[in-house]
Amino acid sequence: MSINYIPRRFTVVRDKELCINCGCCVRQCSNECHYFADDGKTALVNSNACVACHRCVDMCPTGALRIEKYVCDYRENANWTPQYQQEICRQAATGGVLLSGMGTPKPYPIYWDKILLNASQVTNPSIDPLREPMEIRTILGRKPEKITVEKKGKSTVDMPPQVILETPIMFSAMSFGSISLNAQKSLAMAAKNLGTLFNTGEGGLHPDLRDYTDCAIVQVASGRFGVHKDYLQNSRFIEIKIGQGAKPGIGGHLPGEKVNVEVSNARMIPEGSDAISPAPHHDIYSIEDLRQLIWSLKQATHNEKPVSVKIAAVHNVAAIASGCARAGADIIAIDGFRGGTGAAPTRIRDNVGIPIELALAAADQRLRDEGIRSSISLVAAGSFRCSADIVKAIALGADACYCASAPLIAMGCHMCQTCNTGKCNWGIATQRPELVKRLNPDIMHERVENLINAWNHEIKEIMGGMGINSVDSLRGNRLMLRGIGLTEKELEILGIKHAGE
Amino acid sequence: MKKVYAKEELCLNCRLCEVYCKTAHSQSKDIIKANKFESPEPVSRVTVCGDKMLSAAVNCRHCDSPKCVEACITGAMQKDKKTGIVWVDEDKCIGCMTCLAVCPFGCIKTGKFAVKCDLCRTEDEPACVKNCPNRALVYADLGGGE
Repeated sequence: MSINYIPRRFTVVRDKELCINCGCCVRQCSNECHYFADDGKTALVNSNACVACHRCVDMCPTGALRIEKYVCDYRENANWTPQYQQEICRQAATGGVLLSGMGTPKPYPIYWDKILLNASQVTNPSIDPLREPMEIRTILGRKPEKITVEKKGKSTVDMPPQVILETPIMFSAMSFGSISLNAQKSLAMAAKNLGTLFNTGEGGLHPDLRDYTDCAIVQVASGRFGVHKDYLQNSRFIEIKIGQGAKPGIGGHLPGEKVNVEVSNARMIPEGSDAISPAPHHDIYSIEDLRQLIWSLKQATHNEKPVSVKIAAVHNVAAIASGCARAGADIIAIDGFRGGTGAAPTRIRDNVGIPIELALAAADQRLRDEGIRSSISLVAAGSFRCSADIVKAIALGADACYCASAPLIAMGCHMCQTCNTGKCNWGIATQRPELVKRLNPDIMHERVENLINAWNHEIKEIMGGMGINSVDSLRGNRLMLRGIGLTEKELEILGIKHAGE
Repeated sequence: MKKVYAKEELCLNCRLCEVYCKTAHSQSKDIIKANKFESPEPVSRVTVCGDKMLSAAVNCRHCDSPKCVEACITGAMQKDKKTGIVWVDEDKCIGCMTCLAVCPFGCIKTGKFAVKCDLCRTEDEPACVKNCPNRALVYADLGGGE
């Protein structure tokens, strides 16, 4: 046996006084940390493979299990931290690119936490959302520049297709393949009941989800997986995925072992083959090329579906967003660098892109300066942790927000960041049938709905406090925001004043 | 009548139904005492059969014409006319286990007496159903016979 060089991350502690040796942990851990002694009865534990997913902890009927950080000190060094040393050892052993799941864990500034919200006092009344109407209905799509009406008052404007959402929160793209069908179905069910949309990612639409096509965003990405006429038709809008916040400039790779019969059918690729999405769309090398694809998709759907373009938040995001708007996009989704992923090269995830707060503010301002803001809808994505983040994003200029990590946490995800291993103990990021069935859509859609309904209530409360009774009056209303502990430059980009100003 | 139905496509093979059944039918009703210290050891009325790929919690079907009741030589095994629950009167049972031999579903367990599911008669919902983490057990009246 070779030397491991890397100490384990966690220790599973079993309280012998509480453990009844029921073996639930043994049967639940897909990393095989728990096992029976030779007597077949006594449960034992080997923590080496523990990823701290908490499946055993949460399932244990007596609360006998606890996960602890395994503390093994290195000689202190602010430069060569244990993390870098361990990553070097991992690469020395494998020769491979480091892969991680979920969003970056690095302590980059989170501007949501440095923005404060306003409330009404004396000079304008606050509103109680429990007693007065409060509108959070959101309408996405290209708006006409002006309205013309005939004599009787009927509009003569040829209205572009619009998408009505009952909440400014949508579920971001997660493909069937990267997540399980049960997980996607839970989101679809929740979207339908909440009056919002879920996103197929680029994994195609599984036949089991055909009842949910009126709340589906179908994605057309660089791999073009599962794209055909019916797929485009059976949607509320079409999204062209140019980039993803967690891995800007990088394509996708669904390993062949996750491509089972179902995934292969949905994606229209051979079973067991690697599903590789190229980094660029090979037919989009310019804004003009993007315009052609947008036009083609609109033609294929008889101009009935709005077309969205999803881009990662990168340095020139404002100019790129402007280009997308001019290329005919009806909706632009900007994905910040803290956004999640099923698998991304660790170095890309942790170093490439910019925060959604700055990207959103810059893009909104640029589109406003150019007078084309109303021709598109802006959707922000990339780690919204609570309703206050959503309110701040809307006040910075977003029409709606994409959430994925939060609904996943509602479904059991514990952010163990090992989605890429395909051994998700919660049945989310896996295609193994014995793990997928752990996620019962009948339970999980309720939990996701509860979460979004709770956020809706909170958004209404916050808006009411500001004296605003419609999300339309909050949109781009940066006077409702104040920065705290930010530099002049940061305030300038965010377009907000400092607290006290 | 309301019965417990197992959904094998949702069963996790976690066997928590067994743990909670055992606890519900123990002297102490305390999960740790029941599973570690009680003597005689309480018996779970439900058994999860199968493995991680396919499993289901098997318990008494409370048949319309139960073989166990027909076979019982002392009249201990009886079907409640009102509720339809098949149960054992422990005062009458002599532990001959004829019922075990005739049950087509293997739902009778051996203890000091014949032990079987009583649908937690005194509770609103059987303990196995109440504690199933994935709603793989359903307590419902789906009609139909055995």
